[in-house]
Parts: sequence; C-alpha cells; structure tokens
Amino acid sequence: MSRVLVGVKRVIDYAVKVRVKPDHSGVVTDGVKHSMNPFCEIAVEEAVKLKEKKLFKEVVAVSCGPAQATETIRTALAMGCDRGIHVEVTGKDYESLGPLQVSKIFAALAKKEEASLVILGKQAIDDDCNQTGQMTAALLDWPQGTFASEVEIEGDKVKVVREIDGGLETIKINMPAVVTADLRLNTPRYATLPNIMKAKKKKIANMKPADLGVDIVSRLEVLRVDEPPTRLAGVKVETVDDLVAKLKESGTI
Amino acid sequence: MAAFYKARKALARFVSGCKSFSSLAELPEMHQMMRQTCRDYADRELAPIAGKLDKEHLFPAQQVHELGSMGVMAVEVPEELGGAGMDYLAYALAVEEISRGCGSTGCVVSVNNSLYIGPILKFGTQEQKEQWITPFTTGEKVGCFALSEPGNGSDAGAASTSARQEGDEWVLNGTKAWITNSWDASAVVVFASTDKSLKHKGISAFLVPMPHPGLSLGKKEDKLGIRATSTANIILDDCRIPLGNMLGSPGAGFKIAMQTLDSGRIGIASQALGIAQAALDCAADYAHKRTAFGAPIGKLQAVQFKLADMAVAVESARLLTWKAAMLKDAKKPFTKEAAMAKLAASEAATFCSHQSIQVLGGMGYVTDMPAERHYRDARITEIYEGTSEIQRLVIAGQLLKENAP
Repeated sequence: MSRVLVGVKRVIDYAVKVRVKPDHSGVVTDGVKHSMNPFCEIAVEEAVKLKEKKLFKEVVAVSCGPAQATETIRTALAMGCDRGIHVEVTGKDYESLGPLQVSKIFAALAKKEEASLVILGKQAIDDDCNQTGQMTAALLDWPQGTFASEVEIEGDKVKVVREIDGGLETIKINMPAVVTADLRLNTPRYATLPNIMKAKKKKIANMKPADLGVDIVSRLEVLRVDEPPTRLAGVKVETVDDLVAKLKESGTI
Repeated sequence: MAAFYKARKALARFVSGCKSFSSLAELPEMHQMMRQTCRDYADRELAPIAGKLDKEHLFPAQQVHELGSMGVMAVEVPEELGGAGMDYLAYALAVEEISRGCGSTGCVVSVNNSLYIGPILKFGTQEQKEQWITPFTTGEKVGCFALSEPGNGSDAGAASTSARQEGDEWVLNGTKAWITNSWDASAVVVFASTDKSLKHKGISAFLVPMPHPGLSLGKKEDKLGIRATSTANIILDDCRIPLGNMLGSPGAGFKIAMQTLDSGRIGIASQALGIAQAALDCAADYAHKRTAFGAPIGKLQAVQFKLADMAVAVESARLLTWKAAMLKDAKKPFTKEAAMAKLAASEAATFCSHQSIQVLGGMGYVTDMPAERHYRDARITEIYEGTSEIQRLVIAGQLLKENAP
C-alpha cells in the first residue's frame, strides 16, 4: 500500500484560442502554449496530499508523449511528486494516441510499479474523451471511483464521493483501484520556488511503449476536423407566449 | 604550448559568452517554470483584486503571505535561511510577473527582497541573518529601507539622521521620508550618521525592529499610484537599539546603501517591466475588440505603430534587465547595466501606460479598465530607488571611467 501513480497529460493551454489546421486534419499545435491538463493538476494535488497525510510513500507522475511531455512531468514534480516516468511516443504515433493505448500503458505501469492507487484527471480538455480512467480499471480488473469530488482512504479501501447527474454518490472500493478527479476534488497548489529547485534533482525515467509490451497502433482514424458552426444571431421576443409560439413554430417543442 | 592554452582559454570565453547570449533568447527550464508559476499566481490571484487594492489603499497581506509560502518574498535567500535559493535572474522574472498582475504587490516583493533582505544578506553576520532574514522569508513579516530624508533624497550623502553610542546602545535621532512598506513592516534598515564631520563616510546602517520605542510613523502619504503600499515618514526620537544592531562596519553605511540600490534597481526595473507589459497587453487586447470606421482599431496604422513602439520599448528594457541580473549572478560588475535597465524600464513603463490610455481612448481614462491604474503605478518607477536623472549620472560615470585615456 505504498505507491500512487498519477497520469499527467500535456494539452493546449485552456486560455488559448484553438484553430483548425487548413487541411482539416487536426488543430494547430506548433508554437501554441501548452500546459498540464487542469484535471490532471487536480489529480496530482490529491496524490501529493495523500502522501503528505502519510497514507502513501511515493507518488510517481507518468506522461505519454514526445520530448516536451517531460515539461509536464517536471511541473508535477514541482508540485510534490517524487519521480517521473516519460513514455515516449512521437510523430504519427503521438497524433493517433488515444485513451485505449494510454490506458494499456498505465495498466502495464501500474502492475510494474506495484501501485496501490492510480489517480487520473476525469478527462482531458483537448479530446474530452473521459475514457482513460475507466479503460485502465477495466484492463487491470480493478475497481474504479470516477468523477471524484472527495477521496478518503479507510484502511485498504477507498471511499469516493462521486459527482453524478442526480447529485452525489458515495462508494467504497477495495485497493488497488483507479480514481478519476473531478473539478471540486481540490484546489491545486502553485509550484513553490523551492520545490521547483528540488524538482531539478528528481529523476524522470524514459521508456517506450514497446518496453512495456504495449502495442499502440490506433484502431481509430480521424477523417476530418472542423470548427463548430459560427453562432447565429438570436431573436428577441416580448412575452412568454411569443416564446412558446416561436419554439412550437421551429418544431423544438 | 602557451599559444595552445591561450587559444583554448579564448575559445572557452567565446563558448561561455555564447551560453549567456543564448540564455537571453531562451531561459533555462527552471526559470521558465518559476516564471510560469508566478504568472499563474498573478493572473488568478492578483489581477482580479488589483483594482480593489488600489481603490481602497489595501495592503495585500494575504497575498504577501501566499507569495511568502511560494518562496517569492526571499528568492535569493539560501534554503538554510528559509529562502528559495534561486538566482537574481529568477528574482527579476518573479517581480515582473507579480507586477504584471498588481504593481503595488510587485513593489512590496521588490522592497522586501532587494532593499531589506539584500543588504542583510550581503553585509550581515550569521546571527543577524538568522534573526533579521529568516522570519521575513515567509510573507508573515515584511521589511523596509530608510535612506531618504525630508531634506535629502538624491543627495544621500547629506543624511542628517544621527546615531550616538551610549553605553551598550545606539541612540538614533532624525526623520526618514518616503519609506515604502513602513506601516506594514516589522523591521527597517536605517542609515544614520555616527560622525557628521566625515560626511558620507560617517554614515552607518542599523537594524531596528518595528514597532519599537522611540520609533514612530508619520501619516500615510496619499499617493498617485502603487496605492496598496504604505509610504510614510519614520521618526526616530531617542530610539535605542543594542550595539549588535549595526549592520556592517562603522562608516560603511553609504557603501551599503549604494550597493543595495544597485541591485534594487534590477528589482524596480522588473516592476516597471511588469507594469509596461500589462499596459501593452491591455492595449493589444482592446485593439482587437474595439471597432471604429467599420473595423477593429488594430487595423489602423496609427494604432499599430503605437503597439509596435510599446513592444520594442518593453522588450529592449527586458533584455537590459536580464543582462544586468545575469552579470550580477556571474559576480561581474553590473552597476552600469543595472542603471541602464532601471532607466530604460521605467521610461518604457511610463511610455507604454501613456500610449495604452491613448489606444483605449475614453475607456482608458476611467477605472473600468486597468489602463489608468498602470499609468499611475508606472510614474513612481522613474523616481524611487534613484531618479532617472541619477541613473543617467551613474551610466555616464561608468562610461567615462571605461573610456578614460
């Protein structure tokens, strides 16, 4: 019961206005500001908090991607993770990397590192898939506590309060388990300057998916990427009756 | 053989010169991370409240506390004393990003780091460092620096505040003016003369806790800008402190003050850069959104020329500031470069904030937009820690020394 694995993804920064490539094959990423996925930040914060409560001995930050993924791992180290693992995926492989391949990699690492807990962000803000956590748990045949707004370790079990459509659901799952972090789980800390200095000395191991016996061939092919249709002007109405009439007219109700 | 070693030395110098050149173009990873964390903090925690802090003249105590726990209040202080253990370039980057969010908070950070902690770190005994620096690294306590007097600002050597020895105590008498952080500080570095006949060579530096019997504060000045900081006179009336509270050796005060201000200049240059950048960002954003004559005003050449001039002013001042910081970190002389940086950055701040209001037009004149606050905050950077005129004297002095026949 000593190790937590945290997944961190390098995504286009949330404040950047994303543009579609002229050939519609994807979005422009060259020269665009990237940062850690906000839900991954929340996951890192939770893992570090659990370690500070002395419930775990080590937090390992993992990222899959090209060389720049190490920047994201370093940020996780500066927030308090102990070491990092960079699973190198580049070029076309990286462009087609999705939740299924990443969850295979995390499953392999969770076994290799003998992790008791895998914490991931609930989804990434670039693809909004919301699949990696669930797939990782399934591949490992581990219980999962997704959309966590509260995580409490009770012996060898994890109590997770989940944010669901109807409200909040509390479940208790056995460890080892996978948890995915939702928005209200915590407020991520700022990397302090001394921790940034300490992060310099922390180790980041480098490996390839093949080293873990994982095949990252994609089963999906992106046909086309388009911008959402430009929002059209609305219509103002004077009364509620007018509104109902207009909605009936357009066939909405 | 000698020629071989000479050539190798020259190559080494060339290579290390190249390293510092490329460092100006692309900061090392640690510095980039540090800059990002300060920028995130400034964007999320300072920018949203900066207007309120300014309007209500509120000292950002909670934010200073948070910045302290991030290590920003003591960037250069070694870890053993409670600081972040980073270099001066990191400090300059931190102050710029913080000032971009809130000019006043940037000033508090700069004064604590450069003017209060700076001289104690350089000239203090180990005991003084532990007593007077460590409690001031966490953001719980801030310090201040008292050199100017009602009778002399630029003419620092004419200090009339006196210190006489009485048994095992120093007794200080006099008035210091324009002291930033005074109403919020827990300690002050005071410059007083132990022997007026020695003129500036009779000035010594003293550490005085605040509050303290014999030390009182004048009224808070009602300033044009950086209104979240407190500025007031410090009045010393038979203020008694132990002999161990002298900082450095007797008569070294003027030298301590001048060297402290040399470094402090890089901090103020960084504060000015932050304000200038904020003004530029405000104008560039407005240029996209505001339409006139059927198109965004950013399409008009008049506006484009202003934005270009602002960008050049900021970027050139920034590179001067980084160079001064890197020279200091390399333990090379940096007096001229620091003065150039402060001069360039402060004039860039006033220029950019002036032009920013112009780009915003009427909106630049009202408090709904931050442009008018940048304009007011920028103005002080040309005055404190050495007026622009003094900077010119320093630069010319160094230049002429270098070119002496």
